[in-house]
Amino acid sequence: MDATLDKLTSLARAGMPEHSARFAQDKVLWEELIPGGAHWSGLLRRGNTLRITDLHGGANVAMLLYHQEEKTERYNMPDTLKAQHTAFLTRGHVCYSDMGRVLCSIPEDTCGWHDTICGALDAAGLEKKYGTARFQEHRNGMYRNAVDGLLVEIGKWGLGKRDMVANLNLFSKVAADAEGRLHFETAHRAPGQHIDLRFEMNVLVAFSTAPHPLDPSPSYNPQAIKLTAWRSGTAGADDVCRLSCPENHRGLANTERYFL
Amino acid sequence: MSAQLAESTLDPARAVLDDILPAGEPWMKEVKRGQILRMVDLEGNQAVDTIFYSAVDPGERYSLTHTIQAQGALYLGVGSVLMSSEGRPLLTIVADTCGRHDTLGGACASESNTVRYALEKRFMHSCRDNYLLAIAYDGHGLNKRDVVSNVNFFMNVPVTPEGGLTFEDGISAPGKYVELRAEMDLIVLISNCPQLNNPCNAYNPTPVRCLVWDPV
Repeated sequence: MDATLDKLTSLARAGMPEHSARFAQDKVLWEELIPGGAHWSGLLRRGNTLRITDLHGGANVAMLLYHQEEKTERYNMPDTLKAQHTAFLTRGHVCYSDMGRVLCSIPEDTCGWHDTICGALDAAGLEKKYGTARFQEHRNGMYRNAVDGLLVEIGKWGLGKRDMVANLNLFSKVAADAEGRLHFETAHRAPGQHIDLRFEMNVLVAFSTAPHPLDPSPSYNPQAIKLTAWRSGTAGADDVCRLSCPENHRGLANTERYFL
Repeated sequence: MSAQLAESTLDPARAVLDDILPAGEPWMKEVKRGQILRMVDLEGNQAVDTIFYSAVDPGERYSLTHTIQAQGALYLGVGSVLMSSEGRPLLTIVADTCGRHDTLGGACASESNTVRYALEKRFMHSCRDNYLLAIAYDGHGLNKRDVVSNVNFFMNVPVTPEGGLTFEDGISAPGKYVELRAEMDLIVLISNCPQLNNPCNAYNPTPVRCLVWDPV
């Protein structure tokens, strides 16, 4: 057990629940279906969880996270990985901002590996892999790339290219060999896998469901997801993410202090 | 890619710029297209945390994800092309006597030090303090939004096939160097890392030397 908890005042301790809630239908706030290739943004408030379900077992969700109150505070991939000594994300991990706080945590995950080092597919990469399918001929079946989808969504909140950083790629697994060469893997995938992102701060979430940049599939076939927002509360004292490493004790203490 | 070494024939006496960067200090200079930038790890295992910006439009900057996508691999070495956020080449590594450089580990900060080591570590000097101070005095209009993930020259951050990530004692040594050719006019922002809490620089930050040559 890290000494961080011992140093908290009683009022600070009172800001931390004993447990966060388990998922139940009566805790659901809203649901939304998102087609493949689409983009979305919204505000997820502290204490709510976004359950993201890969309906057909082939989705990619290129996601960026910003602190709503000060949007220069944003998801920081290197800080997230080095604090937790991991090169991917799954249950027990948290997503750190560049300010040493936890934007969201991952208390549940049935997929097991979410990439965050490969970035997002851009327009040039999409055309090289899949060719062009314009709106003129294909209407909303047009090919869409993740970078442009993210730029549209963060643009709605006053952000732009300078706010783009390394993103999450939910449901995509990319492993490195001893030489650092990267391989896109699909063997673990299955329809209905889900990940819970429990928000520990008020967070602007933006994502695109366009394909992963290293997905070797020669055909453009982005897959749909389902969003289920539910009321979970924040990380409890007994939470798997808090207890997974002393770094997360401290990161959550930083986060809870912000809201005292 | 990771073990390939290539020496340079450039003569330091002919360099147009030759600076010693003490440990823990920032360095922000322009390097023109075609010029060669060499960084020398004078005493070994120093981490040189570096961000590159287009001098024409600093909104275009080094992108670790574009770089990783373009080479399909994590580590930087001879032949690696450092890519911009617009998917264009910023620099190419043309010589390297170290063998592997990191771009996943990011730069240390007061706030990340509180998470990684102890809440009381907030007041130790850090790379992102260096970055913010350098851009505060610089005239290019950069701010915190532009402090993006960097390259860590001479740093060793291996990723295992199982997805583990560790900071290892460096594979660099006194006198090892890396040389890059600028593919566009650049602003180079370095923090010569002051981290005292992990083996990225053997717990002992030391000076590095930066040289620039005009195109041959």
